[in-house]
Amino acid sequence: MVKLPIYMDNHATTPLDPRVLDAMLPYLKDEFGNAASRSHVFGWRAEEAVERAREQIGALIGASGKEIIFTSGATESDNLAIKGAAEFYREKGNHLVTCKTEHKAVLDSMKRLERQGFEVTYLPVGKDGRLDPDDLRRAIGPKTILVSIMLANNEIGTVQPVEEIGKICREKGVLFHCDAVQGVGKIPFDVGRANVDLASISAHKIYGPKGIGALYVRRKPRVRLAELIDGGGHERGMRSGTLNVPGIVGLAKACEIAKAEMPEEAARLTALRERLREKIVRRLDLVELNGSAEHRLPGNLNLSFAYVEGEALMMAIKDVAVSSGSACTSASLEPSYVLRACGVEEELAHSSIRFGLGRFNTEEEVDYVADLVVGKVTKLREMSPLYEMAKEGVDLKNVTWAQAH
Amino acid sequence: MAYSDKVLEHYENPRNVGTLDKNDPSVGTGLVGAPACGDVMRLQIKITDDGRIEDAKFKTFGCGSAIASSSLVTEWVKGKTLDQALSIKNTDVAKELALPPVKIHCSVLAEDAIKAAIADYKRKHGTAPAATGTEK
Repeated sequence: MVKLPIYMDNHATTPLDPRVLDAMLPYLKDEFGNAASRSHVFGWRAEEAVERAREQIGALIGASGKEIIFTSGATESDNLAIKGAAEFYREKGNHLVTCKTEHKAVLDSMKRLERQGFEVTYLPVGKDGRLDPDDLRRAIGPKTILVSIMLANNEIGTVQPVEEIGKICREKGVLFHCDAVQGVGKIPFDVGRANVDLASISAHKIYGPKGIGALYVRRKPRVRLAELIDGGGHERGMRSGTLNVPGIVGLAKACEIAKAEMPEEAARLTALRERLREKIVRRLDLVELNGSAEHRLPGNLNLSFAYVEGEALMMAIKDVAVSSGSACTSASLEPSYVLRACGVEEELAHSSIRFGLGRFNTEEEVDYVADLVVGKVTKLREMSPLYEMAKEGVDLKNVTWAQAH
Repeated sequence: MAYSDKVLEHYENPRNVGTLDKNDPSVGTGLVGAPACGDVMRLQIKITDDGRIEDAKFKTFGCGSAIASSSLVTEWVKGKTLDQALSIKNTDVAKELALPPVKIHCSVLAEDAIKAAIADYKRKHGTAPAATGTEK
């Protein structure tokens, strides 16, 4: 028997790898020094650990340790990259480019800049969630200072063509920020090959601790940022505040493990995801895959089960932790903006479930979840007036529905 | 978000799921909500000659609270006259199921479903049956 509950929401967060915890423990106990203390051995040892960590983190993304700035997490990294670059390079221009399916940390940073007089272009995506590099090329103008495009999407797992994007940005002489949170450590990502100038990463998405992240800031050619937090001038003046040494050590260990195990783990997760998908679609009709079949994170499976509401399905499989693009719990009642940007109909967006497979999921769990989902979707469809109408041949698009939200 | 025990109980053991013949003159059908909003409720009631609701069936596309709200109203309307059924308010449903503020719309939909089903029945008959008196 599988052990319940099953965690299959690894895009939201991941459990701490025990090896990461072991690496952190000394820095939560005896090695408590402040890495900025220059006058004694406690500080020196903490600083050594931090510098070693920078190298390990840099190694995962093809960067030098000197290019790693520590933050509280990816939300802060995104804020610092976007607002910091916008403020620093304001003289050069006031235009930024991003994409409709970016994370809120990027979109909301852009929104704030718009209120401050910047102009932002939000690029559309295709049905598979990928942007068209030609759209990007056309969007960049003489006043453009920064392009921010994610490596992989947190909802649908679509991997963006970052190498093409980086090439365009380099040609046009604009900075390229990449929110790499979901992709880093899962798929190959090299800041050199992709011509990335700024990249956000987070520890807790790669089996590290919460509350620690990093921003890669290119040194050659040098990228400058206006700081958001004033203080002691830590992190080359870009991010003041005493360093979270245990967190940093944990992030570095998480990066080291991800780098060492990536090829095997990516293959294992892809196989598990395909097993889950196949076991579901073989036994249920009217199931749509959201996102790209080809350019996809190994552990991501996002499916819409037509005529079944996502939250009801989550409730039916309550011993399995997943998430839904249904917004039934949100005050707005609007379904996922990511799915909507991909052209998914609202009703199918309400019917979507995101399965996020991770390092600790097993084949046994996948089989259990597939069986459970098939059974519950069948039961909920028996209860769904829409399924009955569709089966009777009623075209639901031609029905006049009583209320609009 | 945690669900109340009553929502869970109705969700796991929904009452009166099913379909009545919508062409039967003694059946009123209410279909409310919209797929794009993530909620569609269909409530059907079967009415006796003396104007009482003798049977009720529902099917709902929606979250657990929407399913529980519709399940609950099928229980409540059975045995009632149309006027009595019309007096069921969304606040009664919300209170009984302890719905949180973001789920109040589910109870509103349940009340709308009762009204729509009764309106459909009345439309079929041109007028209200004796036991329910005249329209309000």
